[in-house]
Amino acid sequence: MTDAFPFSAIVGQDEMKQALVLTAIDPSIGGVLIFGDRGTGKSTAVRALAALLPPITAVEGCPFNSPGPDSNCPHCGDNSDIRLVEKPTPVIDLPLGATEDRVVGALDIERALTRGEKAFDPGLLAQAHRGYLYIDEANLLEDHLVDLLLDVAASGENVVERDGLSVRHDARFVLVGSGNPEEGELRPQLLDRFGLSVEVRSPSDIKERVEVVRRRDAFDTDRAGFLDTWRPEDARIRDAILEARTRLPSIETPDAVLEDCARLCVALGSDGLRGELTLLRAARALAAYEAVAAPSREMVARIAPSALRHRLRRDPLDEAGSTARVERSIEEVLCA
Amino acid sequence: MRVGSEDGAPDRWTLSVRALDLARVDPRGLGGVRLHAHSGPVRDLWLSHLRTGHDRDRERRIAPSISDQALFGGLDLAATLEAGRTVRHPGLLNDGARVLILTMAERADAGLAAKLAGHLDEGSGHLVIALDESEASEAGIPPALDERLAFPVDLDGLRPADCLETVASRGRIAQARLNLRAVTLPADVLESCVILAARLGISGLRAPIQTARTARAAAALDGRQEVSEADIALAAQLVLAPRLRCLPEGDDAEQEPPPPENGDRADETETESTEPSGPSGDRLLEAVTAVLPPNLLEQLRTRTITRDPAASSGQGAVQRQAQRGRPLPALRGHTRSRSRIDLVETLKAAAPWQTMRHAARPDDSRPILFQPDDIRLRRFCDRRERLVVFAVDASGSTALARLAEAKGAIELLLGEAYSRRDQVALISFRGTDATLLLPPTRSLVRTKRCLSALPGGGGTPLAAGLQAAFVVSQSERRRGVTASMVVLTDGRANIALDGTADRSAARDDSHRLARLIGAGGVPSMVIDTSLRPRPEAERLADALGGHYLPLPHAGASRLSEAVNGTLLAER
Repeated sequence: MTDAFPFSAIVGQDEMKQALVLTAIDPSIGGVLIFGDRGTGKSTAVRALAALLPPITAVEGCPFNSPGPDSNCPHCGDNSDIRLVEKPTPVIDLPLGATEDRVVGALDIERALTRGEKAFDPGLLAQAHRGYLYIDEANLLEDHLVDLLLDVAASGENVVERDGLSVRHDARFVLVGSGNPEEGELRPQLLDRFGLSVEVRSPSDIKERVEVVRRRDAFDTDRAGFLDTWRPEDARIRDAILEARTRLPSIETPDAVLEDCARLCVALGSDGLRGELTLLRAARALAAYEAVAAPSREMVARIAPSALRHRLRRDPLDEAGSTARVERSIEEVLCA
Repeated sequence: MRVGSEDGAPDRWTLSVRALDLARVDPRGLGGVRLHAHSGPVRDLWLSHLRTGHDRDRERRIAPSISDQALFGGLDLAATLEAGRTVRHPGLLNDGARVLILTMAERADAGLAAKLAGHLDEGSGHLVIALDESEASEAGIPPALDERLAFPVDLDGLRPADCLETVASRGRIAQARLNLRAVTLPADVLESCVILAARLGISGLRAPIQTARTARAAAALDGRQEVSEADIALAAQLVLAPRLRCLPEGDDAEQEPPPPENGDRADETETESTEPSGPSGDRLLEAVTAVLPPNLLEQLRTRTITRDPAASSGQGAVQRQAQRGRPLPALRGHTRSRSRIDLVETLKAAAPWQTMRHAARPDDSRPILFQPDDIRLRRFCDRRERLVVFAVDASGSTALARLAEAKGAIELLLGEAYSRRDQVALISFRGTDATLLLPPTRSLVRTKRCLSALPGGGGTPLAAGLQAAFVVSQSERRRGVTASMVVLTDGRANIALDGTADRSAARDDSHRLARLIGAGGVPSMVIDTSLRPRPEAERLADALGGHYLPLPHAGASRLSEAVNGTLLAER
């Protein structure tokens, strides 16, 4: 794979970048959904994130990315003769046309036929463990794959019972979906699984647009030079993410912030408690990223549109969209 | 069609050949060409020009139904079985080919488009030629791929006699490739590309990037180090003109786009006042408008209406080669197709031969000896259920005249639906809101009881009725049911969505909903139940993108015939 466009060189789209960084700090926030027009840098940002993230430590040769000897892993099992290696955080593409076999894994036909052994050939879910699973055009994904993903994302475990195989392995990953809302909508159940959602649109400011084109052109013409220019900035973000991760457990949660989250969710009538939890986690991650001891009301207000806009009950005629509703509620609840 | 160059504009053939040259100079940056043309001598001529640029063995053809294995490589099962050791094949994308020809690209699904798009994004350097044979009313090639191919070229309507221009020689292309990196792109050139795209209503940012790269390739092809204005004009004609969304003057330009005038645009005025290259921007705009086909607005209109989101959404009614559903008997097959191997059946097929094969190859120690012939594939049959949602106007204006007939027609349809095991849902709207009288069901008895009790009278809350029908059809579609909608009304909405009696608000609401439904790709039909057909119902059908059927004096059986004939026969 060739070098990706540097994350820090993406012009604008701050909300998308912020959401991606926050899930990198705290994966339990639960994924990002990016909705927007074509050519707004959705795929670019996700692929750039892969290059930005710090490496993970895993057992050498383990297709399930086990962090160490683990009886739950079909590969490492009780095997004590293992070596740990660093490998890049996996960012796995889930292509639209993928078959169920490819996603969950299936019988290893190669070994079954050449050696007569019954073995498991891990799928994309195994590869994405401890990393990211990226679904481009998530809204076009076939329903039976969506069901499958929901199940695994909820349980953190992939259970395969087919072709006479019975395998279970850990599959905890951050779902990143992108799509164009004009081409189809997402089922509410899947929407709810995404922690944060962002809406991106092409910048309307001509200067910003020119800057996008200029950087892209510089990247295409002189890739190595461009990467060199932006490497320090990318490294700075990576370090900030790492620091935020270590800081995260010690971030306090003041009661006032908890109450703010709850009041905001009640005012918006968002379904379930997942909204509040995500809002809180995202605010804490933001506090960790900005190196303060506890999230403030202003941080909650800043993160609330991303955390809540996809959880509102849909009104098919509301053309203003959910963002406006969330912002109105923030105004009413938090600024009163 | 404006052919020839008396007004300084290159003809379409010349442009298409230039597109090919430039794509070849910088395939990494420009992706390739979407060639819209029907099979014929002109397309063959274009493709023969394409083939002068590379050796035959560097070209691969991709069919829309290609499997992942064939694309990305994988285990060559037949060879593996034959050899008794793992044999892999590299896949079309990695076997050294430079030119990929995607045949019948309009039939490619979003999945294939996404895979190819991802591959192009990685900078593979493949030159992709997507052969698009779609009719004007069809959706065309998947947008994810369309976006990444810089040059949409349309050859339809050209005669072979028009096609004189030829491609640049291989040597010149090779020289241009070497030049490419040395060509400088001044900052104001980039800026004018961006501004021009914005003025033409192209919102994505890929198009301006491609325009800039095209201009650079054009300069390189000419052996120059600096991009000139002519390069940008050519790039804009190739990249921007076919993607045009609106004419900068607005809607009033019809046949001949009038030459643009300075400061005449409402939308971009503030940014344009600061634009440093005003006059040159206008010359570029002229260059673009000069190559536009004369009936452009007409095309724009039809194209936006007929784009059917269901066609690419994976939720449509299309019966795909099923990967799930009711299992069918296994079938002998080859392993390169997308199906799954039925292992048990394969073993069964191989079992009887084992003794014989072991005897023939005594030193082969494998427990079971397979041959490619043994392979059996799993087959499934996935039948999609159908649902017809009836939205019946039971308001006072309809009730008097037609409600009884509508009831009769629904009963007839129901009888047929029962024999086909289709489902039926019934919504009635009267007074101030709509009620789902009958959730999707197959129960004949229940529906009949429900129907005969259907009361009439009151206002016409058409919007509420449409909304209810839409909600039902959408939720059923998510379950994989193919839903269609029949609206029986006179179209005279007088109750708005919020329940107020406001005729104009009611009309606006119902039309907005109708457009929403039309955009959602639900096939629909409006049956005009008024005694004299009126334009309101026809406009409603238009907004829905469905059929309109006035039935001034038709009985129930005629109504049912009509529904069966037009709406269901198409499926």
